Amino acid sequence: MPVTDGLIVIAKRDCPTCLLVEPLLGALAAAGPLTVLVQDDPAYAAGVPGAELDATLEHSFRLNTEFVPTLIRMQGGREVARAYGWHRGDWREVSGIATLGEGLPELRPGCASKTLDPGVAEALQLRFGNTGLTARQVSIGDAEDPVEACFARGWTDGLPVVPPTPERVLRMLAGTTRQPGEVLGLVPPDLAPCTVEKVAINAVMAGCKPEYMPLVLAAVEAALVDEFGMHGVLCTTMFCGPMVIVNGPLGRAVGVNSGVNALGQGHRANASIGRALQLVIRNVGGGRPGEVDRSTLGTPGKYSFCFAENEIPEWEPLHVQRGFAREASTVTLFAGEGVQGVVDQKSRTPESLAKSFAACLRVVDHPKLAMAGDAVLVVSPDHCRVFLEAGWSKQRLHDELMRLLTVPADALLAGADGIAEGLPAALAGKQIPKFRPGGLLIVRAGGGAGLFSAIIAGWAASGSVGSIPVTQEITA
Amino acid sequence: MTSPPILLDPTSERSPVARALSPRPDSLAGKSVAVLDISKARGDVFLDRISALLAGQGITVNRYRKPTFTRPAPVALRQQIAAENQLVIEGLAD
Repeated sequence: MPVTDGLIVIAKRDCPTCLLVEPLLGALAAAGPLTVLVQDDPAYAAGVPGAELDATLEHSFRLNTEFVPTLIRMQGGREVARAYGWHRGDWREVSGIATLGEGLPELRPGCASKTLDPGVAEALQLRFGNTGLTARQVSIGDAEDPVEACFARGWTDGLPVVPPTPERVLRMLAGTTRQPGEVLGLVPPDLAPCTVEKVAINAVMAGCKPEYMPLVLAAVEAALVDEFGMHGVLCTTMFCGPMVIVNGPLGRAVGVNSGVNALGQGHRANASIGRALQLVIRNVGGGRPGEVDRSTLGTPGKYSFCFAENEIPEWEPLHVQRGFAREASTVTLFAGEGVQGVVDQKSRTPESLAKSFAACLRVVDHPKLAMAGDAVLVVSPDHCRVFLEAGWSKQRLHDELMRLLTVPADALLAGADGIAEGLPAALAGKQIPKFRPGGLLIVRAGGGAGLFSAIIAGWAASGSVGSIPVTQEITA
Repeated sequence: MTSPPILLDPTSERSPVARALSPRPDSLAGKSVAVLDISKARGDVFLDRISALLAGQGITVNRYRKPTFTRPAPVALRQQIAAENQLVIEGLAD
Protein backbone atom coordinates (compact mmCIF):
# COMPACT_ATOMS: atom_id res chain seq x y z
CA MET A 1 0.00 0.00 0.00
CA PRO A 2 1.27 3.50 -0.73
CA VAL A 3 2.04 5.64 2.30
CA THR A 4 -0.85 7.47 3.91
CA ASP A 5 1.37 10.09 5.53
CA GLY A 6 4.26 11.17 3.36
CA LEU A 7 5.10 11.38 -0.32
CA ILE A 8 4.10 9.28 -3.32
CA VAL A 9 5.95 9.45 -6.63
CA ILE A 10 4.42 7.80 -9.70
CA ALA A 11 6.81 7.29 -12.61
CA LYS A 12 7.77 5.07 -15.50
CA ARG A 13 11.18 4.30 -16.91
CA ASP A 14 10.00 5.05 -20.43
CA CYS A 15 9.79 8.76 -19.67
CA PRO A 16 12.78 11.12 -19.94
CA THR A 17 11.42 13.44 -17.26
CA CYS A 18 11.03 10.51 -14.87
CA LEU A 19 14.69 9.65 -15.52
CA LEU A 20 15.56 13.28 -14.84
CA VAL A 21 14.01 13.16 -11.36
CA GLU A 22 15.22 9.63 -10.52
CA PRO A 23 18.37 10.93 -8.73
CA LEU A 24 16.14 12.99 -6.41
CA LEU A 25 14.25 9.98 -5.02
CA GLY A 26 16.97 9.26 -2.44
CA ALA A 27 16.62 12.74 -0.99
CA LEU A 28 12.84 12.35 -0.85
CA ALA A 29 13.21 8.99 0.94
CA ALA A 30 15.62 10.51 3.44
CA ALA A 31 13.15 13.31 4.23
CA GLY A 32 10.28 11.03 5.31
CA PRO A 33 7.96 8.16 4.37
CA LEU A 34 7.97 7.62 0.59
CA THR A 35 6.30 5.29 -1.91
CA VAL A 36 7.58 5.20 -5.48
CA LEU A 37 5.07 3.54 -7.80
CA VAL A 38 6.80 2.38 -10.97
CA GLN A 39 4.50 1.70 -13.86
CA ASP A 40 6.72 -0.22 -16.26
CA ASP A 41 10.18 -1.42 -15.18
CA PRO A 42 11.44 -2.24 -11.68
CA ALA A 43 14.92 -1.16 -12.79
CA TYR A 44 13.63 2.36 -12.24
CA ALA A 45 14.27 3.54 -8.68
CA ALA A 46 15.92 0.21 -7.91
CA GLY A 47 17.25 0.35 -4.34
CA VAL A 48 15.18 3.35 -3.35
CA PRO A 49 13.28 2.57 -0.12
CA GLY A 50 9.54 2.39 -0.80
CA ALA A 51 9.86 1.70 -4.51
CA GLU A 52 7.41 -0.88 -5.87
CA LEU A 53 6.19 -2.02 -9.25
CA ASP A 54 2.55 -1.03 -9.84
CA ALA A 55 2.13 -4.05 -12.11
CA THR A 56 -1.68 -3.92 -12.39
CA LEU A 57 -1.67 -0.10 -12.37
CA GLU A 58 -4.28 -0.29 -9.61
CA HIS A 59 -2.55 2.27 -7.40
CA SER A 60 -1.93 4.61 -10.33
CA PHE A 61 -5.61 4.29 -11.29
CA ARG A 62 -6.91 4.89 -7.78
CA LEU A 63 -4.69 7.97 -7.49
CA ASN A 64 -6.21 9.40 -10.71
CA THR A 65 -2.81 9.63 -12.33
CA GLU A 66 -2.78 11.47 -15.63
CA PHE A 67 0.93 12.24 -16.00
CA VAL A 68 4.28 10.88 -14.92
CA PRO A 69 6.14 11.83 -12.91
CA THR A 70 3.48 12.80 -10.38
CA LEU A 71 4.39 13.80 -6.84
CA ILE A 72 1.66 13.60 -4.20
CA ARG A 73 1.72 14.68 -0.56
CA MET A 74 -0.55 12.51 1.63
CA GLN A 75 -1.73 13.46 5.11
CA GLY A 76 -3.94 11.23 7.25
CA GLY A 77 -4.84 9.16 4.19
CA ARG A 78 -5.88 12.18 2.16
CA GLU A 79 -4.12 13.92 -0.68
CA VAL A 80 -3.17 17.48 0.25
CA ALA A 81 -0.86 18.51 -2.60
CA ARG A 82 0.18 17.32 -6.06
CA ALA A 83 2.75 18.24 -8.70
CA TYR A 84 3.16 16.68 -12.11
CA GLY A 85 5.87 16.71 -14.71
CA TRP A 86 8.99 18.35 -13.33
CA HIS A 87 8.48 21.84 -12.00
CA ARG A 88 11.20 22.71 -9.51
CA GLY A 89 9.13 25.18 -7.52
CA ASP A 90 6.14 22.84 -7.26
CA TRP A 91 8.29 19.86 -6.27
CA ARG A 92 10.07 21.88 -3.61
CA GLU A 93 6.75 23.08 -2.22
CA VAL A 94 5.11 19.65 -2.17
CA SER A 95 8.18 17.88 -0.80
CA GLY A 96 9.11 20.57 1.67
CA ILE A 97 12.78 20.30 0.59
CA ALA A 98 13.91 23.84 -0.26
CA THR A 99 16.99 22.75 -2.20
CA LEU A 100 15.46 19.87 -4.16
CA GLY A 101 16.64 19.58 -7.75
CA GLU A 102 19.41 22.14 -7.54
CA GLY A 103 21.12 22.09 -10.92
CA LEU A 104 18.13 20.61 -12.78
CA PRO A 105 16.26 22.72 -15.31
CA GLU A 106 13.33 24.61 -13.90
CA LEU A 107 10.69 22.91 -15.97
CA ARG A 108 10.28 19.71 -17.98
CA PRO A 109 6.88 18.39 -19.04
CA GLY A 110 6.16 14.77 -18.20
CA CYS A 111 4.60 11.92 -20.15
CA ALA A 112 1.14 10.35 -20.11
CA SER A 113 0.49 7.85 -17.34
CA LYS A 114 0.25 4.24 -18.55
CA THR A 115 -3.26 4.20 -17.09
CA LEU A 116 -4.30 6.30 -20.07
CA ASP A 117 -2.81 4.04 -22.76
CA PRO A 118 -5.32 3.10 -25.46
CA GLY A 119 -7.68 0.43 -24.18
CA VAL A 120 -6.14 0.47 -20.70
CA ALA A 121 -8.33 3.15 -19.11
CA GLU A 122 -11.57 1.21 -19.67
CA ALA A 123 -10.01 -2.07 -18.52
CA LEU A 124 -8.84 -0.41 -15.29
CA GLN A 125 -12.22 1.19 -14.74
CA LEU A 126 -13.90 -2.19 -15.17
CA ARG A 127 -11.47 -3.91 -12.83
CA PHE A 128 -11.03 -1.34 -10.10
CA GLY A 129 -13.58 1.41 -10.64
CA ASN A 130 -17.28 2.09 -10.26
CA THR A 131 -18.56 1.85 -13.83
CA GLY A 132 -22.25 2.39 -13.19
CA LEU A 133 -22.95 -0.45 -15.65
CA THR A 134 -25.89 -2.58 -14.64
CA ALA A 135 -26.81 -4.46 -17.85
CA ARG A 136 -26.95 -8.22 -17.59
CA GLN A 137 -23.60 -9.76 -18.47
CA VAL A 138 -23.83 -12.49 -21.07
CA SER A 139 -20.99 -15.00 -21.04
CA ILE A 140 -20.21 -16.53 -24.37
CA GLY A 141 -18.12 -19.58 -25.00
CA ASP A 142 -14.36 -19.26 -25.30
CA ALA A 143 -14.52 -20.73 -28.78
CA GLU A 144 -17.65 -18.83 -29.78
CA ASP A 145 -17.20 -16.05 -32.34
CA PRO A 146 -18.58 -12.94 -30.62
CA VAL A 147 -20.10 -11.66 -33.88
CA GLU A 148 -21.89 -14.96 -34.42
CA ALA A 149 -22.94 -14.97 -30.77
CA CYS A 150 -24.84 -11.71 -31.38
CA PHE A 151 -26.60 -13.21 -34.40
CA ALA A 152 -27.47 -16.33 -32.42
CA ARG A 153 -29.07 -14.29 -29.66
CA GLY A 154 -31.28 -12.37 -32.08
CA TRP A 155 -29.64 -9.00 -31.43
CA THR A 156 -28.90 -7.96 -35.00
CA ASP A 157 -30.78 -6.46 -37.93
CA GLY A 158 -29.34 -9.09 -40.26
CA LEU A 159 -25.94 -7.46 -40.62
CA PRO A 160 -23.03 -8.16 -38.26
CA VAL A 161 -22.83 -5.97 -35.18
CA VAL A 162 -19.83 -4.91 -33.11
CA PRO A 163 -19.92 -7.18 -30.04
CA PRO A 164 -20.85 -5.00 -27.05
CA THR A 165 -18.03 -5.75 -24.63
CA PRO A 166 -18.00 -3.83 -21.35
CA GLU A 167 -14.85 -1.97 -22.48
CA ARG A 168 -16.52 -0.74 -25.67
CA VAL A 169 -19.67 0.25 -23.82
CA LEU A 170 -17.63 2.26 -21.31
CA ARG A 171 -15.86 4.04 -24.17
CA MET A 172 -19.24 4.78 -25.75
CA LEU A 173 -20.56 6.19 -22.48
CA ALA A 174 -17.62 8.59 -22.41
CA GLY A 175 -19.34 10.30 -25.35
CA THR A 176 -22.10 11.68 -23.12
CA THR A 177 -22.23 13.47 -19.79
CA ARG A 178 -25.44 11.65 -18.94
CA GLN A 179 -25.41 8.91 -16.33
CA PRO A 180 -25.66 5.29 -17.55
CA GLY A 181 -28.68 4.66 -15.36
CA GLU A 182 -30.75 7.60 -16.62
CA VAL A 183 -34.03 6.39 -18.13
CA LEU A 184 -34.98 8.06 -21.41
CA GLY A 185 -38.48 6.62 -21.54
CA LEU A 186 -40.40 3.51 -22.50
CA VAL A 187 -39.56 1.94 -25.86
CA PRO A 188 -42.44 0.43 -27.82
CA PRO A 189 -43.75 -2.08 -28.53
CA ASP A 190 -42.85 -3.72 -25.20
CA LEU A 191 -42.79 -0.34 -23.42
CA ALA A 192 -39.49 -1.36 -21.83
CA PRO A 193 -37.54 1.29 -19.91
CA CYS A 194 -34.53 2.45 -21.91
CA THR A 195 -31.46 3.64 -20.05
CA VAL A 196 -28.51 5.61 -21.42
CA GLU A 197 -26.51 2.41 -20.89
CA LYS A 198 -28.83 0.38 -23.14
CA VAL A 199 -28.54 3.07 -25.80
CA ALA A 200 -24.74 2.90 -25.49
CA ILE A 201 -24.77 -0.90 -25.86
CA ASN A 202 -26.84 -0.69 -29.02
CA ALA A 203 -24.73 2.22 -30.33
CA VAL A 204 -21.63 0.05 -29.93
CA MET A 205 -23.34 -2.71 -31.87
CA ALA A 206 -24.40 -0.28 -34.62
CA GLY A 207 -20.80 0.86 -35.10
CA CYS A 208 -21.06 4.34 -33.59
CA LYS A 209 -18.16 6.41 -32.33
CA PRO A 210 -18.57 7.76 -28.78
CA GLU A 211 -18.91 11.28 -30.18
CA TYR A 212 -22.15 10.21 -31.88
CA MET A 213 -23.81 9.43 -28.54
CA PRO A 214 -25.52 12.81 -28.07
CA LEU A 215 -27.10 12.42 -31.54
CA VAL A 216 -28.20 8.86 -30.88
CA LEU A 217 -29.67 9.82 -27.51
CA ALA A 218 -31.61 12.69 -29.09
CA ALA A 219 -32.90 10.37 -31.83
CA VAL A 220 -34.09 7.83 -29.28
CA GLU A 221 -35.74 10.56 -27.21
CA ALA A 222 -37.51 11.88 -30.31
CA ALA A 223 -38.75 8.37 -31.13
CA LEU A 224 -40.27 8.12 -27.67
CA VAL A 225 -42.28 11.34 -27.99
CA ASP A 226 -45.93 10.28 -28.20
CA GLU A 227 -46.68 12.37 -31.32
CA PHE A 228 -44.13 10.37 -33.30
CA GLY A 229 -46.20 7.24 -32.71
CA MET A 230 -43.25 4.84 -32.75
CA HIS A 231 -45.50 1.92 -31.85
CA GLY A 232 -47.55 2.37 -35.01
CA VAL A 233 -44.51 3.21 -37.15
CA LEU A 234 -43.10 -0.15 -36.13
CA CYS A 235 -46.15 -2.37 -36.28
CA THR A 236 -47.76 -1.00 -39.43
CA THR A 237 -48.10 -3.23 -42.47
CA MET A 238 -46.90 -0.22 -44.48
CA PHE A 239 -43.31 0.66 -45.32
CA CYS A 240 -42.01 3.29 -42.95
CA GLY A 241 -39.22 3.48 -40.43
CA PRO A 242 -37.79 6.31 -38.34
CA MET A 243 -35.67 8.54 -40.59
CA VAL A 244 -33.28 10.95 -38.87
CA ILE A 245 -32.58 14.42 -40.30
CA VAL A 246 -29.70 16.19 -38.54
CA ASN A 247 -29.40 19.98 -38.39
CA GLY A 248 -26.92 22.34 -36.80
CA PRO A 249 -23.23 22.39 -35.90
CA LEU A 250 -23.03 19.12 -33.92
CA GLY A 251 -23.94 17.09 -36.98
CA ARG A 252 -21.19 18.78 -38.97
CA ALA A 253 -18.76 18.28 -36.08
CA VAL A 254 -19.15 14.51 -36.09
CA GLY A 255 -19.32 14.25 -39.87
CA VAL A 256 -22.94 13.45 -40.67
CA ASN A 257 -22.96 13.56 -44.44
CA SER A 258 -25.14 16.14 -46.17
CA GLY A 259 -23.24 16.19 -49.45
CA VAL A 260 -22.40 13.65 -52.14
CA ASN A 261 -24.52 10.51 -51.68
CA ALA A 262 -26.19 12.01 -48.59
CA LEU A 263 -28.98 9.44 -48.69
CA GLY A 264 -26.65 6.59 -49.55
CA GLN A 265 -23.93 4.45 -48.06
CA GLY A 266 -20.35 5.15 -47.13
CA HIS A 267 -20.47 7.47 -44.12
CA ARG A 268 -20.04 6.02 -40.68
CA ALA A 269 -22.07 8.67 -38.84
CA ASN A 270 -25.06 8.39 -41.17
CA ALA A 271 -24.95 4.61 -41.25
CA SER A 272 -24.44 3.97 -37.56
CA ILE A 273 -26.63 6.69 -35.97
CA GLY A 274 -29.72 5.58 -37.89
CA ARG A 275 -28.87 1.96 -37.21
CA ALA A 276 -28.39 2.53 -33.48
CA LEU A 277 -31.93 3.90 -33.24
CA GLN A 278 -33.30 0.87 -35.08
CA LEU A 279 -31.35 -1.52 -32.84
CA VAL A 280 -32.76 0.18 -29.73
CA ILE A 281 -36.26 -0.34 -31.09
CA ARG A 282 -35.45 -3.96 -31.88
CA ASN A 283 -33.54 -4.95 -28.78
CA VAL A 284 -34.91 -2.76 -26.00
CA GLY A 285 -38.42 -2.37 -27.42
CA GLY A 286 -38.72 -5.90 -28.77
CA GLY A 287 -39.77 -4.62 -32.21
CA ARG A 288 -38.78 -7.45 -34.50
CA PRO A 289 -40.03 -8.04 -38.04
CA GLY A 290 -42.46 -10.91 -38.28
CA GLU A 291 -43.45 -10.35 -34.67
CA VAL A 292 -44.89 -6.93 -33.82
CA ASP A 293 -43.27 -5.40 -36.92
CA ARG A 294 -45.81 -6.52 -39.52
CA SER A 295 -44.58 -4.56 -42.53
CA THR A 296 -45.70 -6.16 -45.79
CA LEU A 297 -42.59 -5.07 -47.69
CA GLY A 298 -40.57 -2.78 -45.43
CA THR A 299 -37.92 -0.50 -46.88
CA PRO A 300 -34.09 -0.54 -46.92
CA GLY A 301 -34.22 2.55 -44.70
CA LYS A 302 -35.27 0.30 -41.84
CA TYR A 303 -31.62 -0.75 -41.53
CA SER A 304 -30.61 2.86 -41.12
CA PHE A 305 -31.77 6.19 -42.52
CA CYS A 306 -29.93 9.28 -41.36
CA PHE A 307 -28.56 12.33 -43.14
CA ALA A 308 -27.92 16.00 -42.48
CA GLU A 309 -29.31 19.08 -44.14
CA ASN A 310 -26.73 20.89 -46.29
CA GLU A 311 -27.35 24.25 -44.67
CA ILE A 312 -26.73 27.59 -46.35
CA PRO A 313 -27.47 31.08 -45.05
CA GLU A 314 -29.95 31.86 -47.83
CA TRP A 315 -32.37 29.01 -47.06
CA GLU A 316 -33.82 28.58 -43.61
CA PRO A 317 -32.76 25.16 -42.34
CA LEU A 318 -35.37 22.70 -41.12
CA HIS A 319 -34.67 23.16 -37.41
CA VAL A 320 -35.08 26.94 -37.69
CA GLN A 321 -38.36 26.42 -39.55
CA ARG A 322 -39.41 24.22 -36.66
CA GLY A 323 -38.68 26.84 -34.02
CA PHE A 324 -35.07 26.25 -32.98
CA ALA A 325 -32.18 28.72 -33.06
CA ARG A 326 -29.89 28.43 -36.06
CA GLU A 327 -26.93 27.62 -33.82
CA ALA A 328 -28.90 24.86 -32.09
CA SER A 329 -28.33 21.25 -33.13
CA THR A 330 -31.30 18.97 -33.61
CA VAL A 331 -32.52 15.68 -34.95
CA THR A 332 -35.88 15.53 -36.70
CA LEU A 333 -37.54 12.14 -36.87
CA PHE A 334 -39.80 11.39 -39.80
CA ALA A 335 -41.67 8.17 -40.49
CA GLY A 336 -40.07 7.74 -43.91
CA GLU A 337 -40.52 5.24 -46.70
CA GLY A 338 -38.09 4.99 -49.61
CA VAL A 339 -36.38 7.49 -51.88
CA GLN A 340 -38.09 8.51 -55.09
CA GLY A 341 -35.94 10.46 -57.50
CA VAL A 342 -37.08 13.67 -59.18
CA VAL A 343 -35.28 14.11 -62.49
CA ASP A 344 -35.67 17.56 -64.02
CA GLN A 345 -32.65 18.70 -66.00
CA LYS A 346 -34.37 21.34 -68.06
CA SER A 347 -36.18 23.70 -65.68
CA ARG A 348 -34.33 26.96 -65.18
CA THR A 349 -37.13 28.95 -63.58
CA PRO A 350 -38.57 28.41 -60.12
CA GLU A 351 -42.08 28.23 -61.55
CA SER A 352 -41.21 25.33 -63.85
CA LEU A 353 -39.22 23.46 -61.23
CA ALA A 354 -41.93 23.88 -58.59
CA LYS A 355 -44.42 22.39 -61.05
CA SER A 356 -42.09 19.43 -61.58
CA PHE A 357 -41.80 18.90 -57.84
CA ALA A 358 -45.58 19.14 -57.43
CA ALA A 359 -46.21 16.62 -60.21
CA CYS A 360 -43.85 14.15 -58.56
CA LEU A 361 -45.19 14.80 -55.05
CA ARG A 362 -48.70 14.04 -56.27
CA VAL A 363 -47.94 10.32 -56.45
CA VAL A 364 -46.96 9.99 -52.77
CA ASP A 365 -48.97 6.98 -51.50
CA HIS A 366 -51.17 7.05 -54.61
CA PRO A 367 -52.02 9.81 -57.09
CA LYS A 368 -55.64 9.69 -55.95
CA LEU A 369 -54.98 9.89 -52.21
CA ALA A 370 -54.59 13.15 -50.28
CA MET A 371 -53.97 14.20 -46.68
CA ALA A 372 -52.69 10.68 -45.99
CA GLY A 373 -48.89 10.55 -45.97
CA ASP A 374 -46.52 13.42 -45.26
CA ALA A 375 -43.44 13.89 -47.44
CA VAL A 376 -39.90 15.22 -47.23
CA LEU A 377 -38.65 16.96 -50.36
CA VAL A 378 -34.85 16.85 -50.53
CA VAL A 379 -33.72 19.65 -52.84
CA SER A 380 -30.27 19.22 -54.33
CA PRO A 381 -27.84 22.17 -54.52
CA ASP A 382 -28.21 22.41 -58.32
CA HIS A 383 -32.00 22.55 -58.07
CA CYS A 384 -31.78 24.87 -55.08
CA ARG A 385 -29.71 27.33 -57.10
CA VAL A 386 -32.63 27.82 -59.51
CA PHE A 387 -34.70 29.09 -56.59
CA LEU A 388 -31.88 31.11 -55.02
CA GLU A 389 -31.12 32.95 -58.26
CA ALA A 390 -34.77 33.93 -58.55
CA GLY A 391 -34.89 35.03 -54.92
CA TRP A 392 -37.23 32.26 -53.75
CA SER A 393 -36.99 31.36 -50.06
CA LYS A 394 -37.64 27.82 -48.89
CA GLN A 395 -40.94 29.02 -47.45
CA ARG A 396 -41.98 30.46 -50.82
CA LEU A 397 -41.26 27.14 -52.50
CA HIS A 398 -43.26 25.36 -49.81
CA ASP A 399 -46.23 27.70 -50.21
CA GLU A 400 -46.15 27.40 -54.00
CA LEU A 401 -46.08 23.59 -53.76
CA MET A 402 -49.02 23.56 -51.37
CA ARG A 403 -50.90 25.81 -53.80
CA LEU A 404 -50.07 23.63 -56.81
CA LEU A 405 -51.02 20.52 -54.87
CA THR A 406 -54.47 21.76 -53.88
CA VAL A 407 -56.83 20.44 -56.53
CA PRO A 408 -60.53 19.66 -57.02
CA ALA A 409 -61.38 16.41 -55.26
CA ASP A 410 -63.63 15.23 -58.08
CA ALA A 411 -60.82 13.72 -60.14
CA LEU A 412 -59.54 11.91 -57.06
CA LEU A 413 -62.77 10.33 -55.85
CA ALA A 414 -63.00 6.58 -55.38
CA GLY A 415 -63.94 5.08 -58.73
CA ALA A 416 -62.82 8.07 -60.80
CA ASP A 417 -60.60 7.15 -63.75
CA GLY A 418 -61.76 3.56 -63.34
CA ILE A 419 -59.67 3.19 -60.16
CA ALA A 420 -61.50 2.06 -57.05
CA GLU A 421 -58.93 3.68 -54.76
CA GLY A 422 -59.55 7.35 -54.05
CA LEU A 423 -61.15 9.91 -51.80
CA PRO A 424 -64.64 9.49 -50.26
CA ALA A 425 -67.56 10.68 -52.36
CA ALA A 426 -68.47 13.16 -49.61
CA LEU A 427 -65.54 15.33 -50.76
CA ALA A 428 -67.05 15.88 -54.22
CA GLY A 429 -66.95 19.53 -55.25
CA LYS A 430 -64.27 20.45 -52.70
CA GLN A 431 -60.68 21.63 -53.13
CA ILE A 432 -58.30 19.16 -51.46
CA PRO A 433 -54.64 19.73 -50.55
CA LYS A 434 -52.32 16.79 -51.14
CA PHE A 435 -50.66 17.24 -47.76
CA ARG A 436 -52.08 18.14 -44.37
CA PRO A 437 -50.84 21.46 -42.94
CA GLY A 438 -47.28 20.84 -41.73
CA GLY A 439 -47.08 17.66 -43.75
CA LEU A 440 -44.57 18.79 -46.36
CA LEU A 441 -40.99 19.23 -45.13
CA ILE A 442 -38.23 20.64 -47.34
CA VAL A 443 -34.51 20.15 -46.75
CA ARG A 444 -31.47 20.88 -48.89
CA ALA A 445 -28.95 18.07 -49.31
CA GLY A 446 -26.77 16.34 -51.84
CA GLY A 447 -23.65 16.73 -53.91
CA GLY A 448 -22.77 19.75 -55.96
CA ALA A 449 -23.57 18.30 -59.39
CA GLY A 450 -26.90 16.97 -60.60
CA LEU A 451 -30.27 18.53 -61.40
CA PHE A 452 -31.97 15.87 -59.31
CA SER A 453 -33.91 16.05 -56.10
CA ALA A 454 -35.66 13.39 -54.03
CA ILE A 455 -38.96 12.72 -52.35
CA ILE A 456 -39.20 10.60 -49.26
CA ALA A 457 -42.81 9.68 -48.71
CA GLY A 458 -44.11 9.44 -45.19
CA TRP A 459 -46.35 6.89 -43.59
CA ALA A 460 -49.82 6.98 -45.14
CA ALA A 461 -51.10 7.41 -41.57
CA SER A 462 -49.31 10.71 -41.06
CA GLY A 463 -50.60 13.36 -38.70
CA SER A 464 -52.36 12.93 -35.37
CA VAL A 465 -53.87 9.62 -36.51
CA GLY A 466 -50.41 8.05 -36.79
CA SER A 467 -47.10 9.88 -36.84
CA ILE A 468 -46.12 13.55 -36.64
CA PRO A 469 -42.47 14.53 -37.29
CA VAL A 470 -40.67 15.34 -34.03
CA THR A 471 -37.64 17.60 -33.63
CA GLN A 472 -35.41 17.13 -30.59
CA GLU A 473 -32.46 19.27 -29.57
CA ILE A 474 -29.14 17.47 -29.26
CA THR A 475 -27.65 18.22 -25.86
CA ALA A 476 -25.09 15.99 -24.25
CA MET B 1 -11.58 -8.39 -24.54
CA THR B 2 -12.42 -9.77 -21.13
CA SER B 3 -11.84 -13.43 -20.51
CA PRO B 4 -14.08 -15.38 -20.43
CA PRO B 5 -15.74 -13.27 -23.09
CA ILE B 6 -18.50 -11.09 -21.69
CA LEU B 7 -21.04 -9.14 -23.70
CA LEU B 8 -23.54 -6.69 -22.24
CA ASP B 9 -27.16 -7.55 -22.93
CA PRO B 10 -28.66 -5.00 -25.36
CA THR B 11 -32.24 -6.08 -24.65
CA SER B 12 -34.82 -5.20 -22.05
CA GLU B 13 -33.80 -8.40 -20.23
CA ARG B 14 -37.34 -9.67 -20.08
CA SER B 15 -37.02 -13.40 -20.17
CA PRO B 16 -39.45 -14.82 -22.64
CA VAL B 17 -42.35 -16.26 -20.71
CA ALA B 18 -44.60 -18.79 -22.40
CA ARG B 19 -48.06 -17.63 -21.37
CA ALA B 20 -50.87 -20.16 -21.38
CA LEU B 21 -54.01 -19.31 -23.30
CA SER B 22 -57.06 -18.53 -21.22
CA PRO B 23 -59.44 -21.50 -20.93
CA ARG B 24 -62.02 -21.59 -23.71
CA PRO B 25 -65.67 -21.27 -22.62
CA ASP B 26 -67.87 -24.29 -23.29
CA SER B 27 -70.74 -22.03 -24.23
CA LEU B 28 -71.42 -18.36 -24.84
CA ALA B 29 -74.78 -18.54 -23.08
CA GLY B 30 -75.16 -15.78 -20.52
CA LYS B 31 -71.84 -14.16 -21.49
CA SER B 32 -71.18 -10.70 -22.89
CA VAL B 33 -68.97 -10.47 -25.95
CA ALA B 34 -67.01 -7.29 -26.73
CA VAL B 35 -66.65 -6.51 -30.42
CA LEU B 36 -63.77 -4.08 -30.84
CA ASP B 37 -63.36 -2.05 -34.02
CA ILE B 38 -59.73 -0.88 -34.18
CA SER B 39 -60.61 1.65 -36.93
CA LYS B 40 -59.05 -0.37 -39.73
CA ALA B 41 -60.64 -0.02 -43.15
CA ARG B 42 -63.52 -2.49 -43.66
CA GLY B 43 -63.07 -3.96 -40.20
CA ASP B 44 -66.66 -2.91 -39.55
CA VAL B 45 -67.91 -5.16 -42.38
CA PHE B 46 -66.55 -8.24 -40.63
CA LEU B 47 -67.55 -7.05 -37.17
CA ASP B 48 -71.10 -6.09 -38.21
CA ARG B 49 -71.64 -9.57 -39.59
CA ILE B 50 -70.23 -11.41 -36.60
CA SER B 51 -72.21 -9.16 -34.24
CA ALA B 52 -75.40 -10.01 -36.11
CA LEU B 53 -74.64 -13.74 -35.96
CA LEU B 54 -73.96 -13.61 -32.22
CA ALA B 55 -77.01 -11.48 -31.49
CA GLY B 56 -79.08 -13.94 -33.50
CA GLN B 57 -78.09 -16.60 -30.96
CA GLY B 58 -79.29 -14.38 -28.13
CA ILE B 59 -75.79 -13.46 -27.00
CA THR B 60 -75.13 -9.99 -25.56
CA VAL B 61 -72.81 -8.03 -27.86
CA ASN B 62 -71.16 -4.77 -26.81
CA ARG B 63 -69.49 -2.67 -29.49
CA TYR B 64 -66.32 -0.61 -28.91
CA ARG B 65 -64.03 1.41 -31.11
CA LYS B 66 -60.36 2.39 -30.75
CA PRO B 67 -59.59 6.00 -31.78
CA THR B 68 -56.82 4.84 -34.13
CA PHE B 69 -55.35 1.52 -35.13
CA THR B 70 -51.83 2.97 -34.90
CA ARG B 71 -51.75 3.05 -31.12
CA PRO B 72 -52.62 0.59 -28.38
CA ALA B 73 -56.12 0.97 -26.98
CA PRO B 74 -56.36 3.63 -24.27
CA VAL B 75 -56.15 2.18 -20.77
CA ALA B 76 -59.67 3.34 -19.93
CA LEU B 77 -61.10 1.52 -22.96
CA ARG B 78 -59.23 -1.68 -22.10
CA GLN B 79 -60.53 -1.49 -18.55
CA GLN B 80 -64.09 -0.83 -19.74
CA ILE B 81 -63.99 -3.82 -22.10
CA ALA B 82 -62.61 -6.07 -19.37
CA ALA B 83 -65.20 -4.89 -16.87
CA GLU B 84 -68.21 -5.31 -19.14
CA ASN B 85 -67.39 -8.55 -20.99
CA GLN B 86 -66.05 -12.07 -20.71
CA LEU B 87 -64.78 -12.33 -24.30
CA VAL B 88 -63.50 -9.94 -26.91
CA ILE B 89 -63.38 -10.16 -30.70
CA GLU B 90 -61.49 -7.63 -32.79
CA GLY B 91 -60.85 -7.17 -36.48
CA LEU B 92 -57.07 -7.09 -36.44
CA ALA B 93 -56.07 -6.13 -39.97
CA ASP B 94 -57.45 -5.25 -43.37
